[in-house]
Amino acid sequence: MKSVASIWSRLGEVASLVATPLLPSHYVELLRPLAATHARQARVEAIRDEAPGVKTLVLRPGRGWRAHRAGQHVRIGVAIDGRLVTRTYSISSPPERRGGCIDLTVKAQGRVSNALHALDLGAFVTLGVPSGEFVLPQALEEAMPHGELVRMRPRVLFLTGGSGVTPVVAMLRSLALRAAMPDVVHVHYARTAADVIFGEGLRALAVDHPSYRWIEIHTVADRRRFDATRLAALVPDWQVREAWACGPQSLLDAIGAAYRAPDHGGAALHATPDGSQAGPVEAPRPRLHVERFRAALAVLPPNASGGRVRFAGDAPQATEVDADATTPLLHVAERAGLAPRHGCRMGICHTCDSTLVAGCVRDLRTGTAIDEPGARIQICVCAAAGDVELALVTNPVRNPVRNPCAEPLCGTPERNV
Amino acid sequence: MMTIDDEAFGRELDELQRTTRASLGAADRRYIQRVIRTQRAMALGGRALIFASLPLLPLPPLFFGVIGAGTAALGLSKILENMEIGHNVIHGQWDWMNDPDIHSSTWEWDNVCPADQWKHSHNVVHHTWTNVMGRDRDVGYEILRVTEKQPWKPAYLAQPLYNALLALLFQWGVAMHDIDLGALRRGDLALADVRGQLAGIGKKAGKQLLKDYVLWPLLAGPWFLPVVLANLVANGMRNLWSYAIIFCGHFPDGAQTFSEAEIEGETRGGWYLRQILGSCNITGSRLFHLMSGNLSHQIEHHLFPDLPSNRYPELAPKVEEICAAYGVPYNKGSFARQLGTTLRTIFRLALPARRRALAA
Repeated sequence: MKSVASIWSRLGEVASLVATPLLPSHYVELLRPLAATHARQARVEAIRDEAPGVKTLVLRPGRGWRAHRAGQHVRIGVAIDGRLVTRTYSISSPPERRGGCIDLTVKAQGRVSNALHALDLGAFVTLGVPSGEFVLPQALEEAMPHGELVRMRPRVLFLTGGSGVTPVVAMLRSLALRAAMPDVVHVHYARTAADVIFGEGLRALAVDHPSYRWIEIHTVADRRRFDATRLAALVPDWQVREAWACGPQSLLDAIGAAYRAPDHGGAALHATPDGSQAGPVEAPRPRLHVERFRAALAVLPPNASGGRVRFAGDAPQATEVDADATTPLLHVAERAGLAPRHGCRMGICHTCDSTLVAGCVRDLRTGTAIDEPGARIQICVCAAAGDVELALVTNPVRNPVRNPCAEPLCGTPERNV
Repeated sequence: MMTIDDEAFGRELDELQRTTRASLGAADRRYIQRVIRTQRAMALGGRALIFASLPLLPLPPLFFGVIGAGTAALGLSKILENMEIGHNVIHGQWDWMNDPDIHSSTWEWDNVCPADQWKHSHNVVHHTWTNVMGRDRDVGYEILRVTEKQPWKPAYLAQPLYNALLALLFQWGVAMHDIDLGALRRGDLALADVRGQLAGIGKKAGKQLLKDYVLWPLLAGPWFLPVVLANLVANGMRNLWSYAIIFCGHFPDGAQTFSEAEIEGETRGGWYLRQILGSCNITGSRLFHLMSGNLSHQIEHHLFPDLPSNRYPELAPKVEEICAAYGVPYNKGSFARQLGTTLRTIFRLALPARRRALAA
């Protein structure tokens, strides 16, 4: 059986060579972009206004889309000035919804979200795979018999702020669709009642589901800070509830502080997705899951004067050195004893292109700063602008050439900005 | 090499590059996406026409009309794919879009030469060492004598023949180009050193041959042979055309070559100057420039090899103006002039220089 399958897959591989060096999918894309498999795309099917500055994009993912779990996020890419930029957004629709579309609810607050707001119906965006551990426990995700739900009495607390409500809305919609709403308290922070994203729907949900308690706090009117005392006043039994929190950094910090407060016996922080918030593991309750908005991008210091450079990549171990703002990173790496792959040393051949992991570099030819994580940068003509982490490829190209004009081009300070 | 104020000259060209790069945007992305879509549709349409012609075999005039149109469409799509798309994407001209689908690190072209070897032989060696004797292996491609600075030897007597063969089999010449035949002959390189490269070429060529001469013909069943021939002609069209355009880049009359000593300590401006003195443009229509992958703007391509090719037409008059201001010759001419003088050189240099001709 297995050999038959492998023969078939081998035949499939050979047959797909009719399109070499492309794949048959590249030709399918001409007629039906969503049927292509070589790149995951989605089409904008509908756009809805949700709240001031907030829109929901209804996207139809192409072939190969794997159903998400409620609460997960997805990377989405959109071209801005011809350049593809990707960001991560929570999916606000439940996986159980029919029709094969997903919703992204986006607040216009940055370059990418503004570009998403400007999309027309029928536009295409690139799509990653759903990911993230900010999800309900499996028991709550599966269709639990009503009797068992009553017996287990799972108790849930959602703490959200602003557009941080989106992953939680996916969870709530999923629970409601499956008629499996457990005992939920949901505390949400927004500027005003009109700013509550999905406000109408959530208020209606509380009416339809007695076990769902909805508490909205409008920060323009109620300026009391969030802390353990306030939490205890709002949700007296918060310590026996498993909690999910998503919102702006200031709110997450306050929530984290409340859960770490010593008089609560040292709560277990369960951070998602990178585990950077792991707290004392020996205290099992109350559990807190945290979903952060994307990490802030590196900001170019106005008087950038180089920084600490960390070269990772295919080298057995990372190397860290200091670099100034005018020495090309290729020279910096070579001085540090590394042998990055390179060619012309003057910014024309792209052999030395390396991936910017974090931080900011400056293109010495144009003076422009590059701070997009994942960007491919030409290290022979880019210098550090603040701290930088780079993924280098160090296997040398055959017959490396020594460019006669490499030094005057890249090394002299007067050419550099 | 001529002497100019190369610092100021370099600054002006740097500035031209900077402003062009800064102006790249959505329209450029739409351009390359449209060219790619058009090329793929032409390839598919061409193959469909070739298949559609097969049942018409009993009606020769109709059959030849349809299979001719299909073959032409396929050949033109291969030209577009190699010239305006493949060559330019592999140069990194579109890397600024940050699009993994149109990126030099992932692109592979419809040619028996593997993209990674091309990136070395062309992007690194040729573009860094343009027209430097003994360094740039594009000067005569190691088999032709294209400048009198190459000492004559009897083997060059047959170069009109090699030249014709190279034109017909151009993609194979391109595939072998990264293998340093000179170093192999001298014994600086052993066969074992190039085994990896040969394996890469073999793997790539195997797939290419399988596609055009086995898989597509097999799909035609009893009409295997007409499909083989149509694909052979389409590949041949691409070979001849890319040969012609590429040979017009650095070999027409007026293109200069340089010695290593001449470029010692070369500055940025000096490097620009060498690119201009060693390269030749071809004048023509917009369609001609598109089908030549904008290598008809060879000078602009050599100055700014990773600027998107759709910008070369607007850069050309500005570069020409800067050249005029500094008294730098700007070599441009019709396709007939550039190709004609190239072929004349190849025929003439097959023979050793006659002393009297040299004296004159």
